[in-house]
Amino acid sequence: MTTGEPAVAFRDVYRHFGEHEVLRGLSFAVRRGEIHALLGRNGCGKTTALRVLLGFLSPHRGRSEILGVGSDALTPADRGRVGYVTEGHQLYPGMRVREVLSFEAATRPRFRLDLAERAVQRCALPRQTPVIKLSRGQRAQLSLIVAVAAQPEVLVCDDPAMGLDVVMRRELLDVMIELLSERGISVLFSSHILTDVERIADRVSILHEGRLIVDAAVDDLKQRVRKRSWRPSNGATAPPSLPGLLRARRTGEGYDLTLVSDELDDGALRQLGGVLGEPVVPTLEDLFLDVTTNPADGGILSRATDAEVSA
Amino acid sequence: MHTVEVVDAVLVRIDPQSAEPIAAQICFAVKEAVARAKLRPGERLPSVRELARELAVNPNTVVRAYDRLTQDGVLVRRQGAGCFVSERKATLKDRERRRQLDAALQRVVTDAFHLGLQAEDVRRAVERALADVQFPTDEKKARRSI
Repeated sequence: MTTGEPAVAFRDVYRHFGEHEVLRGLSFAVRRGEIHALLGRNGCGKTTALRVLLGFLSPHRGRSEILGVGSDALTPADRGRVGYVTEGHQLYPGMRVREVLSFEAATRPRFRLDLAERAVQRCALPRQTPVIKLSRGQRAQLSLIVAVAAQPEVLVCDDPAMGLDVVMRRELLDVMIELLSERGISVLFSSHILTDVERIADRVSILHEGRLIVDAAVDDLKQRVRKRSWRPSNGATAPPSLPGLLRARRTGEGYDLTLVSDELDDGALRQLGGVLGEPVVPTLEDLFLDVTTNPADGGILSRATDAEVSA
Repeated sequence: MHTVEVVDAVLVRIDPQSAEPIAAQICFAVKEAVARAKLRPGERLPSVRELARELAVNPNTVVRAYDRLTQDGVLVRRQGAGCFVSERKATLKDRERRRQLDAALQRVVTDAFHLGLQAEDVRRAVERALADVQFPTDEKKARRSI
């Protein structure tokens, strides 16, 4: 295995449950040292994708790899290089916080007890309290601490912020940032909290109906995508046809257009006539709504990255 | 909006939802703090971890911002000690510096025109902005420190 390999790779992965096709040709990669967010609506296949990646589920077609090793061939040593945090936070409910730490330290050779103790102290987690009596947010923090203190090279988190309020999420983010600065690890996390993603992810993938419809660097998205209102002059009711148009949403007087700026042709925009509003940068949430509620236009933003994934 | 307090002065403000990449926002905020003498030559910047935590952003982003500032000569990195504000120095030739200044001003003046402002408004705005920045008193002395 070389360091040139991506931390995580999905190559044309298919998986169905009975008649229901959950993953339909999923392909993307997480580069070394990258924080990669996997987004999608509930039931879009995020958890299935992560379970396939970790070898808990077999794909019906295609393959996935972690650190260059096929998900179906991960040895215990390989698994030691991967951290996994689930929404359910797999911790023994009866153990006290301090017992969780000493248990992990005794059973995992690379576990850094000092790092874990410091993180527990900083989060003010009560050391004598059994896991079952911790709040949801505290359990999320503890399972993240435990996963990262084992010094994984790749951390996979399945919606770690699920069910946490804004204060608990901020604390979780805090632990994550602290632990990430300690060691430059690669992270793949699924999430539905888009403001957190905007802050922390280098790259986002949006999964919709079993396929990726966006795979792009967050900074790139911000620079390339613009929203503009459009009020047609002749009272036309049909949405405009433009290169680089990701979505046209009907408004009272015309349309809100979501445009990919570098595919836009200024001439075509001028020919539209009517009144065009100033370009506005959409938030990740706007963009998410645009692409996941308009699957017909999907794929525009992932085109540029197809080569990177298959390379 | 989150801020970092450094010696009673707000050093970095970012808006994660802005069109400007977060790394670029951090870069500009540090440059601005140096120009306004909120950060002085030789002063140490927060570590990557400190700033990432304070702003709740990806540590990789702070690393990128510090790298760029180091390349631009705004910061110097001392092995194991962190990043410090460098002594102000001009690495570009006079002609290139003037060219860049002219280009930046052209943009400002053009924007002002399209905002429907007058020449006097621009002059007053430039004066206000200049008042916030602390230029070195002796330009020749500053150049000698190259």
